[in-house]
Amino acid sequence: MHDKSLRELATGLRNREFSSSELTRHFLDRIGQHDSSLNSFVTLCEAEAMKSAEAADRLLAEGDGHVLTGLPLAHKDIFCTRGVKTACGSKMLDNFIAPYDATVVEKLSAAGMVTLGKTNMDEFAMGSSNETSFYGPVRNPWDTDLVPGGSSGGSAAAVAAGLVPVATGTDTGGSIRQPAALCGVTGIKPTYGRVSRWGMIAFASSLDQAGVFTRSAEDAALVLQAMAGFDERDSTSLDREVPDYAADLSASVEGLKIGLPSEYFSAGLDDTLRDVVDQAIKEFERLGAEVREISLPNSGLAVATYYVVAPAEASSNLSRFDGVRYGYRADNPVDLEDLYKRSRGEGFGREVQRRIMIGTYVLSAGYFDAYYLKAQKVRQLISDDFRKAFESVDLILGPATQGPAFRLGDKLDDPVSMYLNDIYTIPANLAGLPGMSVPAGFVNGLPVGLQLIAPWFAEGRLLSAAHQYQQVTDWHRRVPGDFS
Amino acid sequence: MSLTPDEVKAVAHLARLALDDADVPRYATELSSILQLVDELEKAPTDNVSPMAHPLDLSQRLREDQVTETDQRELFQEIAPSTGDGHYLVPPVIE
Repeated sequence: MHDKSLRELATGLRNREFSSSELTRHFLDRIGQHDSSLNSFVTLCEAEAMKSAEAADRLLAEGDGHVLTGLPLAHKDIFCTRGVKTACGSKMLDNFIAPYDATVVEKLSAAGMVTLGKTNMDEFAMGSSNETSFYGPVRNPWDTDLVPGGSSGGSAAAVAAGLVPVATGTDTGGSIRQPAALCGVTGIKPTYGRVSRWGMIAFASSLDQAGVFTRSAEDAALVLQAMAGFDERDSTSLDREVPDYAADLSASVEGLKIGLPSEYFSAGLDDTLRDVVDQAIKEFERLGAEVREISLPNSGLAVATYYVVAPAEASSNLSRFDGVRYGYRADNPVDLEDLYKRSRGEGFGREVQRRIMIGTYVLSAGYFDAYYLKAQKVRQLISDDFRKAFESVDLILGPATQGPAFRLGDKLDDPVSMYLNDIYTIPANLAGLPGMSVPAGFVNGLPVGLQLIAPWFAEGRLLSAAHQYQQVTDWHRRVPGDFS
Repeated sequence: MSLTPDEVKAVAHLARLALDDADVPRYATELSSILQLVDELEKAPTDNVSPMAHPLDLSQRLREDQVTETDQRELFQEIAPSTGDGHYLVPPVIE
């Protein structure tokens, strides 16, 4: 059952080939068998999952239910889940039982999906290798000596290994697209504001956006449809109708104008990965797309811009963790300042502390103009580059990463080299654009991803282009040998 | 731009983070390397550019100033480190 798509599983449920309870049991058993080598789950909700599966089976027996009813799912541990530990990869929240559900959780539960558990992640979503988690690193199912990418590494690895057919994620600078690429699964980050951030633990609020990991674009369309939509509880939620993503899937690529940003194909890109992307470009041409070179001249400044804006927002967002209302509290504080300082010093890991300090520094008196204001100006230039590019093309295509997965520990002691992992994914976040990573081939036996970026609000175009590509390729069907 | 160990201590104080003294030199090196990456921004000409206010160029949505949340004090205080009589308890602030 774990080699089937969501669409196939939904059909199987309706044709009584198997029940949701059997399906749920099957995936829980696979997690039990295989996850010790991956560490992709941090919390399992076995009893609750079996209960929801039974409820789904009753609905299905009556001929009711949503297309997703009875299908298993995992949530990145950044989404609040009522009554279930929500730790966000941090010691700070190791004792946090969320008192409410995130909108994403609420919506997917309302559609009848069965939550199997919560997936591992970089602490507070800060990382590109899933090594900053308080619960230990996640390993890549294609080679367990390698990282799965981050920060949504647990979700990507779990879907790649067939431990769950779909998992949620969040993407602030590439945290869905980069792990999707390194694990060989399909991952989409919609337009900023498309999916509610309510109940999603905040990292950088002007960049954070929720999305999903699946095997195929068709599956992603089904789940995104149920997640997306206006939510008055999120002050930056997009008040705009959600397109019918599944209906859009059949849109032809014929005549679609695809731009290749020269900056995404310059020094630093692995040669073999470049060949893989070139092959994908040829596929799109065979499908009738018109490909042309474009320029995003300021994209080289995206990483620098991000490492001002994101830490600045993180330093304010994470000021809520003070040891008073919830989360970790240091023992025997002598006074209030000692309570704050030691709770935060002991509760946050190194990468989070680094980013809080960078953020505090760039916002501090005397430095705000030189750093934060300057970065927001450059951010506008980066966004303007995209706006200009989309005057002449419908879609932008390039690599999702510079190379395939790297070894655990390789970049952990060098923050800057870790940050450069997201060189191709960060620009879309800065501009608020939807982006996607689609399995496109292999480099030395390791999966790599093709990145597609669409204009604002046009994630439907991303999904249809990816779907058409997946009709003529089978990279998204490849599974790591140890988990077949 | 690079940060000295004393500057790291000052920033850590502003952020209310207790650091081990032994970790300060390493943080100084790491934070300096991040700021060097960020220094690239100086090169960008931005004289007539307005700083981005919203990624989608939208303005903040407003709502009526009405109470919409229900009182869930007990639920929320169940997960607090220390409470008493409906209050969150902290070390004494006033002697």
